[in-house]
Amino acid sequence: MGSITLSNVSKSFGEAKVIPSIDLEIRDGEFVVFVGPSGCGKSTLLRLIAGLEDVSGGRILIDGQDVTQKAPAQRGLAMVFQSYALYPHMSVRNNIAFPLKMAKVDKAVIDKKVSDAAGILNLTDYLERRPSQLSGGQRQRVAIGRAIVREPSAFLFDEPLSNLDAALRGTMRLEISELHNQLKTTMIYVTHDQVEAMTMADKIVVLNRGNIEQVGSPLELYSKPRNLFVAGFIGSPRMNLIEGEFARSKGAKTVGVRPEHFALSHESGLWSGIVTVAEHLGSDTFLHVNVDGIGQVNARCDGEFGARHGDRIYLTPNETKLHRFDEQGLAI
Amino acid sequence: MARAVTTRHKVIATAAAWAVALVIFFPILYTLITSIKTEPEAIAGFSLIPSGTFENYVTVQTQRDYIKPFMNSVILSVGSTILALIIGIPSAWAMAFSPTKRTKDVLMWMLSTKMMPAVAVLVPIYLMFRDFGLLDTRIGLAIMLTLINLPIVIWMLYTYFREIPGEILEAARMDGAGLWQEIVYVLTPMAVPGIASTLLLNIILAWNESFWTIRLTTTNAAPLTAFIASFSSPQGLFWAKLSAASTMAIAPILIMGWFSQKQLVRGLTFGAVK
Repeated sequence: MGSITLSNVSKSFGEAKVIPSIDLEIRDGEFVVFVGPSGCGKSTLLRLIAGLEDVSGGRILIDGQDVTQKAPAQRGLAMVFQSYALYPHMSVRNNIAFPLKMAKVDKAVIDKKVSDAAGILNLTDYLERRPSQLSGGQRQRVAIGRAIVREPSAFLFDEPLSNLDAALRGTMRLEISELHNQLKTTMIYVTHDQVEAMTMADKIVVLNRGNIEQVGSPLELYSKPRNLFVAGFIGSPRMNLIEGEFARSKGAKTVGVRPEHFALSHESGLWSGIVTVAEHLGSDTFLHVNVDGIGQVNARCDGEFGARHGDRIYLTPNETKLHRFDEQGLAI
Repeated sequence: MARAVTTRHKVIATAAAWAVALVIFFPILYTLITSIKTEPEAIAGFSLIPSGTFENYVTVQTQRDYIKPFMNSVILSVGSTILALIIGIPSAWAMAFSPTKRTKDVLMWMLSTKMMPAVAVLVPIYLMFRDFGLLDTRIGLAIMLTLINLPIVIWMLYTYFREIPGEILEAARMDGAGLWQEIVYVLTPMAVPGIASTLLLNIILAWNESFWTIRLTTTNAAPLTAFIASFSSPQGLFWAKLSAASTMAIAPILIMGWFSQKQLVRGLTFGAVK
């Protein structure tokens, strides 16, 4: 079991209120991603749940039990850190076995659990090595192994992939998702990378300045962003936010158009503009267009679209997929 | 072309390095050379060619006992270092892992005591030593050496401990380690190289300390520094014998330094170049 409830949780460092007040419900077995720009309080929130920081106010419940005043080890959670935080002087085997040794588990049981975890994570051949002799991806797997053997009620991941290169990040992302499918344990995952958020999460929590902007499934956030912040943050390349005459004609202060929601043409369309940069990826084409009377607009289309720097092209936004926002930046 | 420049640069750099090393090492070299000259040769003026006599070493050993001050040096430097570590490790620990607003000030204050000229406190310390019966005792001198080197010990250890990533300690906490287990299984093994470097450097500093060792001892607790100084009095200066005594005094620490140089260099540059 691993349901977690945050009730009116706040955190201040001295004068600075990092988290004003947060209420959040995480159900057992959910994969929840905290996402937001750096300094939004997502790591702090995770550390509050872990018990590595004391809350300034509010309560944290795990499976209905108040753990607000409990030490990290007594909360039954396991954490994977950004820097892996492996014990450099111990072999892989001892790193994975460490939490079990601390819990004074029987040696035969430790050996069994370590070899099971090593099997799941493809580390069997590396058990006698030191962390310094492993690659970044292997180190991260050891850190995950150390978390698995404790059989925690929830896993906490603090930007676990940000030290890896792009290719490896993709593989590890899949591995963590697979692990979640296999273990079905609650996972809370902190990242600033919205691709990780979109691909892995059952539920995304978008944070900004210590406040929750929106909670929802990846596609909910994509198709129904609650406000301008979420609209601009979720989706890559980011949504075009257009003000002025066009927005007023739609009865809004700001209108959002996702780059993929344009019909592009060389001949005709609602807007016309000059291509400033064209990025041809084969599978997609990204165009940065200076649209007359509107300004800079990003557009994306599937496959190849033959346009180069300086070409005039025509764009028509898909009327059914417009996002409208009022004066306060809230979705209409 | 590029290659020729590189080679020439290398030659120049190597030559410069040797020149600087020679300048630094020259006093020790000249002491060595003088120690195997005869007394008339030694006062005759600058010369790099000795007659190669080992008579001075024999005289030094027969005139004055070498073993006793040598043992004193060993006991004082090792003893004061252990004392300094016993006090320094917990202090540095506390400052590195649970710093307060005043931690930086405390560190600066400790370092500032090293900026004070020692002679300024000579009289009060001498009087205190006299009143407590610590003059010319090993325990008194060991306490003195501990105190004067403690700021450096704490600073070095503090720098090492600061290098241990906080996340590793947090991981240990998440893994269920209590404070004691955290210290025994995680912190200490990771800090061992730093503690070893501090230990080595402090032994060298204590071995070479000559201001207090000469002033607070006469015979019983006199280490090798006092042993050397005793050759500059009272019948006048005997350069060759003085050099022989100096050579014997620095030899042990030079040999120790040679074998531990890797650890020392790592220790001294740790934190600065990482």
